[in-house]
Amino acid sequence: MEEKTKVITKPKVEVILEEEERKRLKAMPLWRVRLYLAWREIYNNWRLFSENKIGLVGLGIIVFYAIMAIAHPILMKWVWDPNIYDPIIGYSYDEVLQPAPPSLRHPLGTDPLGRDVLSQLMYSTRSEFALGILAAIITVTIGTTIGAVAAYFGGIIDTLLMRLADLIIMLPFVTILIVLSALFKMNLIILAIVIGILSGFGGTGIVIKAQALTIKVRAYIEAAKVSGGSNWHIIFRHIIPNLMPLSFLYMMFSVTSAIFSEAVLSFFGLLNIRMSWGLMIHTAQTAGYLLNPRTWWLIVPAGLSITLLCSAFYLVGRALDEIVNPRLRKR
Amino acid sequence: MSETLVRVENLCKYFPLTRGLFRRVNLFVYAVDNVNFTIKRGESLGLVGESGSGKTTTGKLLVRLLEPTSGRILMNMDGEEVDISTLKGERLKRFRRHVQMIFQDPYESLNPRFTVFDTVAEPLVVQGIGDVLEREERVAQMLALVGLTPPSSFLFRFPHELSGGQRQRVAIARALIIEPSFVVADEPTSMLDVSIRTGIMYLMLDLAERLGVTYLYITHDLAVARYMSSRLAVIYLGKIVEMGETEELLQRPLHPYTRALISAVPIPDPRYKRPIPEIKGAISEPINPPPTCRFLDRCLRATKICEDSPHPPLEDKGGGHYVACYMV
Amino acid sequence: MAESILRIENFTMHYITKAGEVSAVDNVDLEIRKGESLGLVGESGCGKTSLAISIMKLLPENAVIKGGHIYFDGTDLVPLSEDEMRRFRWRRISMIFQAAMNSLNPVYKVSDQIIEAMETHFGNIDYSEAREKVANLFRLVGLDPKFMDQYPHEYSGGMRQRAVIAMALACEPDLIIADEPTTALDVIVQDNILRELKALQEKLGTTMIYISHDIAVIAEVSHRIGIMYAGKLVELASSEEIFHHPIHPYTAGLMSAFPSIVGPKRELATIPGEPPDLLNPPSGCRFHPRCQYATKICREEEPEFKDYGSGHMASCWNPLGG
Repeated sequence: MEEKTKVITKPKVEVILEEEERKRLKAMPLWRVRLYLAWREIYNNWRLFSENKIGLVGLGIIVFYAIMAIAHPILMKWVWDPNIYDPIIGYSYDEVLQPAPPSLRHPLGTDPLGRDVLSQLMYSTRSEFALGILAAIITVTIGTTIGAVAAYFGGIIDTLLMRLADLIIMLPFVTILIVLSALFKMNLIILAIVIGILSGFGGTGIVIKAQALTIKVRAYIEAAKVSGGSNWHIIFRHIIPNLMPLSFLYMMFSVTSAIFSEAVLSFFGLLNIRMSWGLMIHTAQTAGYLLNPRTWWLIVPAGLSITLLCSAFYLVGRALDEIVNPRLRKR
Repeated sequence: MSETLVRVENLCKYFPLTRGLFRRVNLFVYAVDNVNFTIKRGESLGLVGESGSGKTTTGKLLVRLLEPTSGRILMNMDGEEVDISTLKGERLKRFRRHVQMIFQDPYESLNPRFTVFDTVAEPLVVQGIGDVLEREERVAQMLALVGLTPPSSFLFRFPHELSGGQRQRVAIARALIIEPSFVVADEPTSMLDVSIRTGIMYLMLDLAERLGVTYLYITHDLAVARYMSSRLAVIYLGKIVEMGETEELLQRPLHPYTRALISAVPIPDPRYKRPIPEIKGAISEPINPPPTCRFLDRCLRATKICEDSPHPPLEDKGGGHYVACYMV
Repeated sequence: MAESILRIENFTMHYITKAGEVSAVDNVDLEIRKGESLGLVGESGCGKTSLAISIMKLLPENAVIKGGHIYFDGTDLVPLSEDEMRRFRWRRISMIFQAAMNSLNPVYKVSDQIIEAMETHFGNIDYSEAREKVANLFRLVGLDPKFMDQYPHEYSGGMRQRAVIAMALACEPDLIIADEPTTALDVIVQDNILRELKALQEKLGTTMIYISHDIAVIAEVSHRIGIMYAGKLVELASSEEIFHHPIHPYTAGLMSAFPSIVGPKRELATIPGEPPDLLNPPSGCRFHPRCQYATKICREEEPEFKDYGSGHMASCWNPLGG
């Protein structure tokens, strides 16, 4: 059992710290310092990030859609009549022919079921974000842990994890999702979990492991061992924090992948959800309006949004890449 | 009290060479081969050798970053002599309170995401010593001790905000904070500028005296070893070829390798003309070496005796001056 | 008095970084005579490597020459275009880089690389003649010609270093700049290479600039030594003078900070503080924050680099020995 020494044994050499010094130390409680340091790191990272035009464009798009997501419930509550504008059960009585083209009342027109397209678009944004971020978090959590563990322990654990990853990479991603959704109806949360698991145990794990291998051989890891650090202490206190920049980077790419996969599945009508961009296109397709250029508002807004949001996260990822990689090598 | 603190007996570390996918060929690098030495409490032994000599491997064996292939490493901990080469688990962790290491590269031995406080406090955290406040106090004291004053301005800096010399001081503070009795220093000054180097050297000597720390000082630089150690051991291809008091060894080197090494060191004085080192060939890797003297193929004084006999044993030629050579 | 082959006048070079301009080399005056071996000593950041790459005009993109001249055999190299500089580089001035192992291309045989270097500057040469030359060069640097056709990774560290020296000599340059050529090598290999370089120099009469932070090595190979600190040349004199009669306090400090295995075990000097940040170098004399003899004028004005007798130059307001 670990004996916790409550009191430090008297040091062999008394170092008298001056009163001034003691006061200064007392005035800096640990938690406050850490908060300040964290804030400073975020600020510096933001400065680096904002130098990259590409990243800012991506971020701008993300912010735009975030505003849309937030604006929707406000509009629903204060501006729009829920009977008409509800994205799922609303119906526009004023139009004679559904789907109706864009007008002042319905800026993006209505869909074959008489529902306002703009409202649908805005409503779905919320779930797209939720899906993307949840999937990304799961992917990266799994991927980072696997990468760190495989790299640190090596041997049979490494071999098993890597063979598993190879297996997953070999299987076509979207096809698997389609098969799974045929077996049981997936909603967004389950989809996020499935995507997270597949990506996490797959490619992400391998990339992060490669990075973890470079960290494992650093002298400060040896120093930690010499101090008496256990394997888990080293993995969680040393290796994983140094993997964080890379993990964060991969989160961006995971979001892209998740949103796109959802769009594909929804298009085939395989998901158990009430509204999403993919579903909007699916609705258009089942009503026979898919390839009709005259009803462009049924496809273009949704399709464009999928493309834009996916690209936005990808661009942010690319901008982060330029920060993360040289910094990881920085002395 | 000059009791023995560390006793190394027949220490061996052989690294297997793997060729091909799964075939393990019967080739081993004899990195450390039957090394014997003792270190008394309070003294400082310098382990001198070129790259590939096995000095760093020896250091790592003594701090148990590596496990020996065979042999014993006996350390006097709390009055009891313990063979640390086979310790595991909790006992291994407790052993780590007595032995610490200072690394060569001040840039690599600190975690770039740790503040100075995190780095220096880590041994305390890992060993479960004290609570947060006590640690902060102890770390501040330690920083003052290694010359990083005022401590409050250094506590929360990151390695990239420090110079090489400052980083090495942090590394020293980390090594000494749990008050080990034995410290292995692996070339701690070779990557520092000269004007900074002497500062660190004197710091280490001063702390050794004040805190009663015993050192194994590993280096390739004989001049630095002269200042940092009271005794020297010269290691070549995994074997100690000469060992003795520093000044004695430098004035009267007996082993041909030591003599060559000494005459090869450039002297910072243009008036001094040094002799040509009596050595031929180049250093090689000790892979499954023949049982003869390891220095045979480079020695200018080798005779038939040397070719026919096994590697000479390390023998006391008087006054604690040990040599492994038939021609002395 | 042998003629001077390289004359650096008032040379200043800065690096442009995001944080500002780094004053890497500031107002350096230096003259090197033909056949001489000059050692440049200083710690990291002192500007010795920056000066070396300035002579070769192998400057990175963010480097800018702020002023001064570098006269090589009468021609000022500073205003030359890249094309014009090519006539000098590798043909008349060559350089051995730090970590020279990395100068060798791993996918070509060593002999071919040396021959290519020769072809670039001599134009078309007869292949067998070229190979003969390479063999001679190998013998010159102490390498057995039988290794000629191997690849760099088959060589040991010491061998690669010699190969790089051979390559630098291949075009029979008038001036060789060697930047820490033996730093990464073991002491016995270093000894070998230092002896070869000295012998070569005497045999071929090549002028050499030898750059290192290790004053012991410099003491052995140089006729004259220049001490650099924080981008400035603070002292320049014969080896004998630098070691036994230093004028600048930094030189004296450096000499006594070096441990030696011969002689009595004297106390080593520590120079307090750290080398300065060249973004904002100290006012006046750049060494004043660390100098125990610093006075008011040291903080205010930069001392002049002047002759203290028989070519011993130094820049200090309070020179040692009066």
